[in-house]
Amino acid sequence: MGMTLSQKILADKAGLPQVSAGQLITAKLDLVLGNDITSPVAIDELEKAGKTGVFDKSKVALVMDHFAPNKDIKSAQQCKKCRTFAYGNGIEHFYDVGEMGIEHALLPEKGLISAGDLIIGADSHTCTYGALGAFATGVGSTDMAYGMHSGTAWFKVPSAIRVVLRGKKAPNICGKDVILHLIGRIGVCGALYKSLEFTGDGCRDLDIDDRFTICNMAIEAGAKNGIFAADEVTAAYLRGRTTRRGKTYVADDDAIYDSEVEIDLSTLKPTVAFPHLPENTRTIDQAGNIPIDQVVIGSCTNGHISDLRAAAAVFNGRHVAKGVRAIIIPATNEIYLQAIREGLVQTFIQAGAVVSTPTCGPCLGGYMGILAENERCVATTNRNFVGRMGHTTSEIYLASPYVAACSAVLGKLGCL
Amino acid sequence: MTGIVHLYGDNVDTDVIIPARYLNSSKADELAAHCMEDIDKDFAARVRKGDMIVAGENFGCGSSREHAPLAVKASGVACVIAKSFARIFFRNAINIGLPILECPDAATDALNGDRLTVDLEQGKIVNTRLQKEYGVPPFPAEIRAIIARGGLLR
Repeated sequence: MGMTLSQKILADKAGLPQVSAGQLITAKLDLVLGNDITSPVAIDELEKAGKTGVFDKSKVALVMDHFAPNKDIKSAQQCKKCRTFAYGNGIEHFYDVGEMGIEHALLPEKGLISAGDLIIGADSHTCTYGALGAFATGVGSTDMAYGMHSGTAWFKVPSAIRVVLRGKKAPNICGKDVILHLIGRIGVCGALYKSLEFTGDGCRDLDIDDRFTICNMAIEAGAKNGIFAADEVTAAYLRGRTTRRGKTYVADDDAIYDSEVEIDLSTLKPTVAFPHLPENTRTIDQAGNIPIDQVVIGSCTNGHISDLRAAAAVFNGRHVAKGVRAIIIPATNEIYLQAIREGLVQTFIQAGAVVSTPTCGPCLGGYMGILAENERCVATTNRNFVGRMGHTTSEIYLASPYVAACSAVLGKLGCL
Repeated sequence: MTGIVHLYGDNVDTDVIIPARYLNSSKADELAAHCMEDIDKDFAARVRKGDMIVAGENFGCGSSREHAPLAVKASGVACVIAKSFARIFFRNAINIGLPILECPDAATDALNGDRLTVDLEQGKIVNTRLQKEYGVPPFPAEIRAIIARGGLLR
């Protein structure tokens, strides 16, 4: 019986010739990730269990990104705990302020991910790395602790939905519109426990940043992972970043999929998820009159250089509307530096936006842009749940960097 | 175990189970004080040891924060019953030894304040008000073994 792309990676990492949906397996991990929120719990769990040491100092990554640079004393204590653990255990990939960035942009940039890898991360958006042809999935802190110590994890082999992408995107359409459109169609439970495997000739029209965004939000449809087969776009990204030879997997011709969804990229319009679920999508022409108070452009979903370029193209020669706070957050220092080189940071500041150091910050209601009662925000982030970015009566509209920048200029949700 | 139902709808996300503004701590009792705060402000004050959370589809969706099942467990909740669980919450609950049961029928029938009796060994839920019994398929042996030893790292 044929296997999906995801199943083939899991089978190899479990040392099995064949796996099928529903089977429980134990597999070897290529990387275990944690951040400043989830790692302290994992470190405590390891200590409570009396387990010391990590399975491979080069295969654990700890990234201080959520509440760092620290927003308060308790956050500082949590980072200190991670730092002490990282130094004490000789963790090679410990990223603190100055080297850090938002984890899911940072680790690919640092060359820690290669095609065919099996990765768990104590962060739900770990599924981002599927953009590089890896099987990557979010777990909790105890799984992280177990993975750090043993180099293995248990998995229930997922079935999959095949998402066939066709055609070419219209101008100002990006990966965010693709994934919001998909979630709008299948719902936030639409891929529960399953893989989302992206295929079709439309993949050729999606650059690596589009793919990162699409796989990043697979979790918002409930998926275990999202994945693109590695191709020349993947190879071009990995070249010069990693010396490891990845392995390119493709789904078997006779692989069994639970269902298939086809998306014609050429027909997509800018898409927005209205409060309070990512599935509440509307195209921008159906948005109505929604005045806004804040715009956030950044996060693991849309803090890449192409996202900043799209936003800067809108802000160039324009100004943020009076009464709107526009916050731009490059996802990593490398992206930040590139944005400075290209003059994007200057464009943002001249337009009346602020540019922050890399951090997850406002996306999860941490800091650096918390919303007050009844305020509305257009954000390029990934979740618009009740209270996610601040007060429980505040509202988040999820959109692409293009739509977010246009909305900042207009003072309301919309496109120029 | 027998407990009183606290009923919620579909897609209860981990941001409302434990808002991120409290994630600068990982102490279970501090988290429990804010459990369900953004969906049910008085939950922490109202919940009693042994009570049960019953919910609709996709309970625990969103963030991977293990603080969510930790807060639920530390608040005294003995068991969570839902029509379905988001997969990371599902894993986390098992890994920390918080009993969870996927039972669409029991979740559909239950009302706030109902009294449920749950037998985890036999995979059985009884709704006292309705005098109705629900069977729950057992977890696979590997998962039962994790539950039996009280968590993945126990």
